[in-house]
Amino acid sequence: MTEMAQSTTASRRSAQVVAARLGRRYSAERTFRLLGLAAVVISIGFLGMLLVSIVGKGATAFLQTQVALEINFDPAVIDPQGTRDPAALDTADYQQLIRTAMITRLAPDADRTTRRDLTAMISAGAANQLRSMVVANPALIGTSHAVWLIAKDSVDMVMKGQASRQAGVGGNTLNERQQGWLSDLESSEQIRKAFNTTFFSVGDSRDPELAGIWGAVAGSFFSLLVTLVVSFPLGVAAAVYLEEFAPINRWTDVIEVNINNLAAVPSVVFGLLGLAVFLNVFHLPRSAPLVGGLVLALICLPTIIIAGRAALKSVPPSIRQAAAGLGASPLQIVAHHVLPLAMPGMLTGTILGMARALGETAPLLMIGMVAFIVDIPKGPLDPSAVLPVQVYLWAGSSERAFVEKTSAAILVLLLFLVAMNMVAIVMRKKFERRW
Amino acid sequence: MSEHTVKSYDEELAHLTSIIARMGGMAEAQLAAALQALAKRDDDLAQRVIDGDVRIDELDQEVQSFAVRLLALRQPMASDLRQIVGALNISGEIERVADYAANLAKRTLVLNHLPVAASFTGVIRLADLVRSMLKDILDAYLDRDIGKAIEVWNRDDEVDGMYNGVLKDLIDQMTEDSGTITASTHLLFIAKNIERIGDHATNIAEALHFQILGTQPKGMRPKGNTVGAPA
Amino acid sequence: MTASLNAMLPLGTSKVVAKDLNVYYGDKHALHTVDLDIRAGEVTALIGPSGCGKSTFLRCINRMNDLVDGARVTGALTLDGDDIYDRSIDVVQLRARVGMVFQKPNPFPKSIYDNVAYGPRIHGHAKDQTELDEIVMTSLEKAGLLGEVEDRLQESGTSLSGGQQQRLCIARAIAVQPEVILMDEPCSALDPIATAKVEELIDELRENFTIVIVTHSMQQAARVSQRTAFFHLGKLIEVGDTEQIFTNPQQPLTQGYITGRFG
Repeated sequence: MTEMAQSTTASRRSAQVVAARLGRRYSAERTFRLLGLAAVVISIGFLGMLLVSIVGKGATAFLQTQVALEINFDPAVIDPQGTRDPAALDTADYQQLIRTAMITRLAPDADRTTRRDLTAMISAGAANQLRSMVVANPALIGTSHAVWLIAKDSVDMVMKGQASRQAGVGGNTLNERQQGWLSDLESSEQIRKAFNTTFFSVGDSRDPELAGIWGAVAGSFFSLLVTLVVSFPLGVAAAVYLEEFAPINRWTDVIEVNINNLAAVPSVVFGLLGLAVFLNVFHLPRSAPLVGGLVLALICLPTIIIAGRAALKSVPPSIRQAAAGLGASPLQIVAHHVLPLAMPGMLTGTILGMARALGETAPLLMIGMVAFIVDIPKGPLDPSAVLPVQVYLWAGSSERAFVEKTSAAILVLLLFLVAMNMVAIVMRKKFERRW
Repeated sequence: MSEHTVKSYDEELAHLTSIIARMGGMAEAQLAAALQALAKRDDDLAQRVIDGDVRIDELDQEVQSFAVRLLALRQPMASDLRQIVGALNISGEIERVADYAANLAKRTLVLNHLPVAASFTGVIRLADLVRSMLKDILDAYLDRDIGKAIEVWNRDDEVDGMYNGVLKDLIDQMTEDSGTITASTHLLFIAKNIERIGDHATNIAEALHFQILGTQPKGMRPKGNTVGAPA
Repeated sequence: MTASLNAMLPLGTSKVVAKDLNVYYGDKHALHTVDLDIRAGEVTALIGPSGCGKSTFLRCINRMNDLVDGARVTGALTLDGDDIYDRSIDVVQLRARVGMVFQKPNPFPKSIYDNVAYGPRIHGHAKDQTELDEIVMTSLEKAGLLGEVEDRLQESGTSLSGGQQQRLCIARAIAVQPEVILMDEPCSALDPIATAKVEELIDELRENFTIVIVTHSMQQAARVSQRTAFFHLGKLIEVGDTEQIFTNPQQPLTQGYITGRFG
């Protein structure tokens, strides 16, 4: 056989060998792809189950049961002097007006016990509703009209279906009489479920129907603000120094190892550090977002530094060399060329760190952000709670009504996270440059 | 010299050299045959020499086109470039040598039919000298022998001297016996042709010198005096 | 070769002189005792097989080797008589006098205008915006690129073709008005037409700059340079006029490399 013919036969034979194995290789690939798909489906399945259960439990928290009552703004009760003095109006007995309205509507000849049962159906915050109405508009005094007042959580639970309609059974804490009044109000359409604006406007409360998430949201916001302001510049500067300017010797090796380890340290340890240093040595205000933010910044820092260094490393050396060749100093090379190109990666690292910080509970417990705070914090120095801690506190409450609030708080937390990620993606797109 | 990384390049350069070698051998043979035809008064041989010249012309064409191909396709540098340019030059010189040999044969045909002959021993001796130059320079080309090339280059002096002697003898012969004028004139041209072959052999030596060393041989090219000038 | 009328560039004088230059990368001895004269107003080509040290030598001239860890340079390398490895020399200033064009075109991911303006900006060569505009336009024109990009100066430099990008890099380098331009295989990533344009550009630049070009293509070295230096295994084997190197090199190693007889 000539050399040409020999090599043709050889290649034909090798083609046959390849063809024989081809079937097995394709089936292995199919199996692999199916496994991958199954993994994705299972993961999405779990996520779906989680979301469904949370939404199922928490959706109703966004509604609030309200009762329509004909309130007679009796000047005899609220402004006996007739002076319309704001201080007097502020301290008037609005609860009396509610009591009167309830009695008039549902049990005109009620005795003491009946009266107590009646008022037990309306929330204690209803009096505040009336107070703010009158203080804002004193002209209401002497008039009389219908006001939608917040119902008590026992009524709220029945209306939302979280408790049974049978008095005293299946979570229903109303007695027979109250249940009867409830049905009465329903039939005359004087009771409704409206959007729960209270949830988004006030802080925590002992009464579930008056509890809101806004205090925790503001607290989380200020904490993350402090975290961002502290950890981003420090992290970026540290990453730039370690990657671009630090000499390569034993010390920088030690630093690198330590940073990598810090990223894995349990966050509770940072809480202890915060307690010992920020609170006991520097005497910063306890439970303030400032301290929380500083502790979270320490937690974020290793992540940002590591991601930042990786982003800096990924900038191609050709860009650096081109800049160096033109006579740019090392700082100019980093500031004008390397850092802008590494920014998307750094932002990703920052968002990862911040997202983790948003959900951290243990270290914040250590520094005291677990207190029962009612007021909405106005700045990083006011005491506050944060979203995950609020979830923790509500989850520990015995009242049935707090169950839905916990799930709703989790939903708000997730929404916060999604919003942060959106911001991150937008910023990344803005900074991303092809090279 | 070590080999080219691309073997076919070396093969092509060797092919070029082999064509030149073949041309050289054929030109030598043509010259020898033409002189033989003159000495032995052989018409057939002379005719064969005349007919055979076309084959050397064809080989020259082959060298030209092959050299151009090498220049275009191989981008030769340094020694390779000089070798190819040298081959172009040397091929042209060998082709002229063969032309002169054919010319010699043509004149032999005429001489053979003249009533009165002339003495051509001098011419034969001149021819032998030039043949040895030609043989030596073609050997030097194949062996890349620079020493031999320089030595051949210097021998042109001797050829010129001998040519002058032959010229003088032929003139004397013509003055003595006017019947030999026709024959002697033809022999004069033949002697001139042979002297020119010597010049071409010297040209080949110069081309070979440039091919091997990249420079021209030093010194004035040796030129003997012509007849008539003060000795 | 016409005599240069530029008073700053007396033809034939030495611009960059290397004497006894040795370069070590850690323990590896990359360049051995190189003595080489680069003449002003000429294109000097550095040729040799891979790893022979020609790029290393090139990078010594603008001290880009400083960016490599463990690089050590001994011996003298002078620019107009001043030792560039002297402690008093500011590397940033040196690189404003000695520009570099790299093998793979590497424009900044900025606009074409900003690419060319970057050098003059950081060195403060322009007093105001008009002056900067002028520098950018002149450089683009000298690089033969202005006609092709003048209506899209704000587009990204990376949107150009390979050949245009390389000419942009050349424009960027000459915007700083250096005295010497170093080119490290500038055409190896370009197609023949783009290569021809760059070679024509080098010919024109020769009037105002001294150019040192490292190239793998001997034909390019033959076309473009007036002097050629052949490196092998870290040593300078032969240097001479380009014509002489390519028709009659003196060293057998040079001959072997040029004719392709390296085993």
